[in-house]
Amino acid sequence: QDIAITNISLDLIGQARNFFQYAALLYNIATDAEKKEMDPLVPRLWKDYSRELQEDDLAFLRDENQYLNLLITELPKGDWAYTVLKQFFFSAYQHLLFEQLQESSDAQLSAIAEKSIKETAYHLRWSSEWVVRLGDGTEESNRRINNALQELWMFTGEMFTTEDYDLIKNDALKQRWLDKVSSVFQQATLTVPSTTWMQSGGKQGRHTEYLGYLLAEMQHLQRTYPNATW
Amino acid sequence: MVTELEIRQILEEVKDPEVPVLSVLDLGIIRKIEVNPSDDDKIKIIITPTYSGCPAMDVISMDIRLKLLEKGYKNIEVTQQLSPAWTTEWMSEAGKEKLKAYGIAPPNPKQQFCKEEMFMQEMVSCPRCNSHNTTLISQFGSTACKAMYRCNDCKEAFDYFKCH
Repeated sequence: QDIAITNISLDLIGQARNFFQYAALLYNIATDAEKKEMDPLVPRLWKDYSRELQEDDLAFLRDENQYLNLLITELPKGDWAYTVLKQFFFSAYQHLLFEQLQESSDAQLSAIAEKSIKETAYHLRWSSEWVVRLGDGTEESNRRINNALQELWMFTGEMFTTEDYDLIKNDALKQRWLDKVSSVFQQATLTVPSTTWMQSGGKQGRHTEYLGYLLAEMQHLQRTYPNATW
Repeated sequence: MVTELEIRQILEEVKDPEVPVLSVLDLGIIRKIEVNPSDDDKIKIIITPTYSGCPAMDVISMDIRLKLLEKGYKNIEVTQQLSPAWTTEWMSEAGKEKLKAYGIAPPNPKQQFCKEEMFMQEMVSCPRCNSHNTTLISQFGSTACKAMYRCNDCKEAFDYFKCH
């Protein structure tokens, strides 16, 4: 299963690369007025490079508050139940998201979604099976996944918020996501929590303390040796 | 003049670095080969990735370029295209035979369970003894494109090049 997790990560990195490449391309062909509007999201260090924006600049040089990711994706590692449940919540959302994005009038976004959704189907299947195995497994596995559920549930609400920059009306995905979660939970003998308070902020660039550590590790090389290649 | 056929024959020699018995043509990732006589016989090759994050893709692009350079072609452009998304249905029959001989069960001809539904098992036959009495060990194997199975008859574990 460690290989499964690595393969899922690899798919996600590949998908992120596709989006970053496209974002960099769009920026490079944008008008000056459009570039000015995008300026707050462009990495500061890149501005001294006097070359076109590249995918790696977006990954390795943006500051914490320029990342607009969901908080659930930056949480630290936990036990296996935590890892599996986090993946399940995210994949169930991503599957619905790519389904919508496939219909986008933007050909490249639609192509990325068409490619990614096939991978996400595997992630969703794999993670839901593990949720069932752990939920309906031993006393210990059930206890662990219930603990994970208590910690993670508050991070699921953010997936269904819609910002000005969102192309997809995420709110509209919520009911289908809940249906999926409920049907898997039923087989896993788990109960969908009734708590409604949800954590948010990631999509506005306000993050948990964990993201800083992640970025420090991921970015230190490019920040210490700008433009280094190997 | 350079012809598409001669390029195609050269591509037969470019192998998938992860599964070296398969050529890039067997894999079905070559989407287009164009030769433009009015542009100094420029060779344009469009490939499509198998999986978004497959590390073999960059290597394959480079290998195609190197192989063509080695054969004396200079004007080469290799680009990637995502849509339509690659599917194992594009793998050649010859490729599937080669996979099996290599000990990897080839993808089933029909897409069966590339879906998100749980606990469905594909019937995969063992590449060694051809038994259909096999069990899934893990949906993910040594690379993103493979799953792991075990044959209940000859007891060997094997890779299955999963439907995608």
